[in-house]
Amino acid sequence: MLKKKENKKELIMQAALELFASKGFYTTTIPDIAASLKMSVGNMYNYFKSKDILAKEIIKYISSYLGNKLREINEQEISTKEKTRKIVEIYFKTASLKPEMIDYFLRIYLSNREVFKDSCEGMICVNEFVTEIMIYFEEGVKCGDLREQDFFSAFGLFMGYLGGMVFLKGENILPKDLNDYIDDIAFNIYKALSAE
Amino acid sequence: MKKTKVLWLSAIACNGNTHSFLNYPFMEQFLEDFEFIYHPVIDSKYSLEDIVSKEITCDILLIEGAISKEFKRADVSVVKIIEKYSKIVQKIVTVGTCATFGGIFRESGYENTSGLHFDQDKQLKEFQYLRDKTISVSGCPVHPEVLVNTLYAIKKSITLKLDNFLRPKEFYAYTVHNGCTRNEYFEYKVDNHRFGELEGCMFYDHGCQAPFTHGSCNKILWNEVNSKTRAGLSCMGCTEPTFPKRNLFSTKKNMAIPENLPVGVGKRVYLTLAGITKAFKIDRLEKKLIDD
Repeated sequence: MLKKKENKKELIMQAALELFASKGFYTTTIPDIAASLKMSVGNMYNYFKSKDILAKEIIKYISSYLGNKLREINEQEISTKEKTRKIVEIYFKTASLKPEMIDYFLRIYLSNREVFKDSCEGMICVNEFVTEIMIYFEEGVKCGDLREQDFFSAFGLFMGYLGGMVFLKGENILPKDLNDYIDDIAFNIYKALSAE
Repeated sequence: MKKTKVLWLSAIACNGNTHSFLNYPFMEQFLEDFEFIYHPVIDSKYSLEDIVSKEITCDILLIEGAISKEFKRADVSVVKIIEKYSKIVQKIVTVGTCATFGGIFRESGYENTSGLHFDQDKQLKEFQYLRDKTISVSGCPVHPEVLVNTLYAIKKSITLKLDNFLRPKEFYAYTVHNGCTRNEYFEYKVDNHRFGELEGCMFYDHGCQAPFTHGSCNKILWNEVNSKTRAGLSCMGCTEPTFPKRNLFSTKKNMAIPENLPVGVGKRVYLTLAGITKAFKIDRLEKKLIDD
């Protein structure tokens, strides 16, 4: 029963994500989301009490989705260089296959901080994702592949770069497919962070 | 009641454990229950020459200091003295970190210097046959109550449960973090510390090793009043086989993550908690506690 409710919640989040991406966050209403799933508005509220709660649950859902992908990479017995490439790859793959996810992160979560101020302070709602990035950095430094530095200077370089590329893609400015940039970007990031 | 006879043998040592022991607050009572057949600074019936040349009746052998075959007392190798007395005593106690793991004097010039059973965390083959007789009370120095209570347990034939380094769990199953008055700062990850001040946890930046050091420093206070961390100095991990480390006053980190995490806490668990607590600012913990 609980599992069924969880699955339904996930369906609602997915539908909401798509609507937010196409119509925008503020113009999308709970009745819009209910209608897209052929649900009654009353029933929707059984799952999410408000749009703000839904918004927070979605960012946690995305963080958990990406966090799990990154964890699979972190747990592989491969070099930091290979991990770097795989992280870039999975990020761009997600941006291509589930553009609404990365879009939500960049355009809604980062741009509407007032929605997320209560109970999503700091990095709480993106914790699973950030934790894996931290582990990737920590293990890289520990084995001597990456240079020791402040976490945020490294984090900003990595995520800012990837986010920027996906943003350009979303604006239809990139001449090539995102996947065509993986090699160069992974090379650049690794070179910038490497201990050599 | 018959006094328990104790031999305090100094190997390669600075006598720090002796000095610590002299601060035991109930020394008179202790000396009514125990008799030193020999002690380097306390008057005793026998001289060191008597100890090495004869075989004096003895119940407990205490070894202070690191051990090397080359190191002699009264012209006899300490290894020989240990071999002789270990046969007749009921129990052997390695007093302090040098006698247990090698400690600071492991760095001395004598050949193959180590503790009695351990070279840092490596178990030694030599003296292996004495393992069942040995109890380790590590520390630089050992807390006098830890030593004395261990001796009373031996006297009263109480079986002490020991950890893998033969240390009584009663005193070493805890970490030094247990009972630290700075725990609030640890919980909310506030370092902000200046040495000697009351405020701030020293784990995050100032090298405090308490969360991964086994000992009772914050449960059984020093001189009955204080501990390093309570006074505002980071724990230096002196009860552990890794003691002494370098850079004791700064926390080794890899891209913001401390290299040594609290005992038994996984990296993901640590980071998840850290991420949550770091998101909040607790005003009370950012200010002086007593600010008139």
